[in-house]
Amino acid sequence: MSQNAMTAKGLVSGLIKSSRAFVLGTALIAGSMTMLSSTHAQAEKILRVGNDGEPQSMDPHFISTVQTSRLSDDMSLGLLTYGPDGQPVPGAAESWTVSDDGMTYTFKIRDHNWSDGTPVTAQDFIAGWQRLLDPALGAEYASLLYIIEGAEDVNTGKDGAKLAATAIDDHTLKVKLTAPAPYFLAQLTHQTAFAIPRHVVEKYGKDWVKPENIVVNGPYKLVEWIPNVHTKLVKNEEFYDAKNVPIDEVIYYTYEDRTAMQNRFRADELDVARDIASEQISWLRDNLSDSLRIAPYAGIYYYAIRTDKEKFADPRVRKALSLAINREAITDAVLKTGELPAYSFVPPGTGNYTEPAYVSWKDLPYGEKVAEAKKLMAEAGYGPDNPLKFTLRYNTSENHKRIAIAAQNMWKQIGVEADLFNTEGKIHYADLKVGDFEVARAGWIADYNDAQNFLFLGEERTGPLNYAAFGNPRYNELMMEAENEGDLKKRAELMHQAEAIMMEAQPYIPIYYYVSKQLVSPKVKGWIDNAPDRHLTRWLDIAE
Amino acid sequence: MLSYAIRRLLIAIPTLFIVITVAFFMMRIAPGGPFDQERALPPEIEKNIKAAYDLDKPLIAQYGIYIGKLLQGDFGPSIKIRDFSVAELIMAGAPASMQLGLSAIALALVFGIGFGTYAALRQNSAVDFAVMGIAMIGIAIPNFVMAPLLSLVFGLYLAILPTAGWGDGEIQYKILPIIALALPQIAYIARLTRGSMVEVLHSNYIRTARAKGLREKLVVNRHAIKGALLPVISYLGPATAAVMTGSVVIESIFGVPGIGTYFIKAALNRDYPLVMGVVIVYAVMIILLNFLVDMVYGLLDPKLKSP
Repeated sequence: MSQNAMTAKGLVSGLIKSSRAFVLGTALIAGSMTMLSSTHAQAEKILRVGNDGEPQSMDPHFISTVQTSRLSDDMSLGLLTYGPDGQPVPGAAESWTVSDDGMTYTFKIRDHNWSDGTPVTAQDFIAGWQRLLDPALGAEYASLLYIIEGAEDVNTGKDGAKLAATAIDDHTLKVKLTAPAPYFLAQLTHQTAFAIPRHVVEKYGKDWVKPENIVVNGPYKLVEWIPNVHTKLVKNEEFYDAKNVPIDEVIYYTYEDRTAMQNRFRADELDVARDIASEQISWLRDNLSDSLRIAPYAGIYYYAIRTDKEKFADPRVRKALSLAINREAITDAVLKTGELPAYSFVPPGTGNYTEPAYVSWKDLPYGEKVAEAKKLMAEAGYGPDNPLKFTLRYNTSENHKRIAIAAQNMWKQIGVEADLFNTEGKIHYADLKVGDFEVARAGWIADYNDAQNFLFLGEERTGPLNYAAFGNPRYNELMMEAENEGDLKKRAELMHQAEAIMMEAQPYIPIYYYVSKQLVSPKVKGWIDNAPDRHLTRWLDIAE
Repeated sequence: MLSYAIRRLLIAIPTLFIVITVAFFMMRIAPGGPFDQERALPPEIEKNIKAAYDLDKPLIAQYGIYIGKLLQGDFGPSIKIRDFSVAELIMAGAPASMQLGLSAIALALVFGIGFGTYAALRQNSAVDFAVMGIAMIGIAIPNFVMAPLLSLVFGLYLAILPTAGWGDGEIQYKILPIIALALPQIAYIARLTRGSMVEVLHSNYIRTARAKGLREKLVVNRHAIKGALLPVISYLGPATAAVMTGSVVIESIFGVPGIGTYFIKAALNRDYPLVMGVVIVYAVMIILLNFLVDMVYGLLDPKLKSP
């Protein structure tokens, strides 16, 4: 138990003290509050960022939200890291070679130090991966490293399992993969692949991430975390490229309330707000156009259809449901925040891919789409006397609700009666995972920039995440072939064929491609909109 | 009086235990768990995580483990904010929540009683109608409307106070949240005071006091107030609960680092240990304040004085 842990007695005495304070009145409280305020030296350049969620942990292995990875990206340097435009660039690895079969990578580790001056070695990376995969640690994202040979066996606790990663010497790291995965390099930017300072983790155990103990190899270092208020990072002077890092201090303020965050931005109390109050989009466009940034974001908003339910077994029914959705109306009239109508499952511009495989009827006028949908429904045996009835589920959110109502009405035109059913997120996803739904809202944001990271959702071996229970043997085959294909072009072509099958079968109705929405003050320099929506503080500057 | 106090405190223990038990099982009966999310976990990984938190054991065993640890003062780890234990989170957040809540109640008492008395003494005058009308509006406007309005007007348009945030705990950050939290209570207490004051002013003992030739000021301050405050004192229990639940909204709108925000967020996240921790703190506070209210009531009401 941590030394700060509270005893029941402490709690009670604290409460009694507060009751006294109540008797003494507010004046005393106010007095003591002022005394509590501390003075601290002002750094030269401070970036104040409104973050739309409380960080989970400073331990890279326990991070699964984008709000937290914003901090870990600033503190840790992966073998590769995000460049100013969100593309992977060399990080802790200054160079690497790939074997001819595309399965073995050899990295040359840059000569650089942890923030306490200890050199970063190849062993630190292997130690990090081994820790992530240790079943006893219970890391949520461990499966992202399964592409490394032996990783899955280690994580599932198989006897004699060994990770195929070796340190040839302190600065040379050799990794063997299970398949020639071209996305492996991009994956190394992800927090799951970061090194850990073994000497610190061994010394402090799980408390190694406390501000007084933490040691990092990235541009910034944690100095303060007040839960629900802010996390403060200061420049790590040991960072190998510290002289090219202009901003001295970055403070992430937690704001779950978008309007509150926006108000603070407007009052010049924040330089960046990582989300906007979408319902005020017209006001923002009129008044804050120089700060408003809306850019394509690698994600897809879709409706999953449970294909193993009898009424949805007929692909004509699924196609009709998809045809009847007026995506342009949803993006332009319902959302109005720049989202793009989706006619493919993989968003355009996704890495290691061709142009997405769009549905064949993408460019038909909406009237013809509806006519075609009606025809398909009739062919499938549905009509005015015998309408298709089902429940559309969505998790709590104003936008999910508005889109569901729109879809319900669009489906009405083709004689479909959909009931809407709303639950909070946890229940929604628990039911989706076990297939307890008919049609349900879902979304996917890429973990790494590769088409495979979207298309695997249609593979049978994916299990619970294949919400639609889509089981097309040819699709599975193509995805498997793509996995073992070393040639990037051929691999992309195989995945394209797979997506074409999925788009014809429509287990998933793509609705729109996500966009990132944020407010960035014009005085923040170096901010480049990008699809992964990564903006490391080290690349930014503040104009005076 | 003392034996009554001791008896009341002893009853608090089983009450707290029942609250803990009910909260524990209700939380678990709710469908969905801490690891159900947009990105579903592979089954083997979910197994590893559940084992790490003892969530793979039968519910009754988990309950046993929880109570055992609780008795040693261990509130467990937070599942969603992993770098902190529940106790650390509560210790970090409770002072802000308490400052907010207690200041709001103190403010509500001072202004509520003041306005209420003022209106009662000018019963059915324009002043009375104005004060009560404003109070009615104060009760009717929910704090999730009032709070952003205050923030907009004072933070953005007038720019005299921060729109939100907590800074290093400076007073200017606390003014708006305290006012937002106190407003409905001021309004309610004002109406309550006025009502009971009007009633008391028409009662026989006040007529007697006046008949004795006491000055009106003395009649009000010495005799009427004491009787008129009884309903206000008994309202303090529910008021505390209202302020606490109100602070859940206020804290999130003003970005106050209190425990109120955890109340909803942790429940939605199924962060079981954190929900339990907050429930326990709230339960203890409500029980304790109700106890204090009853004690004060006993002191003020001659009918309750033990023989």
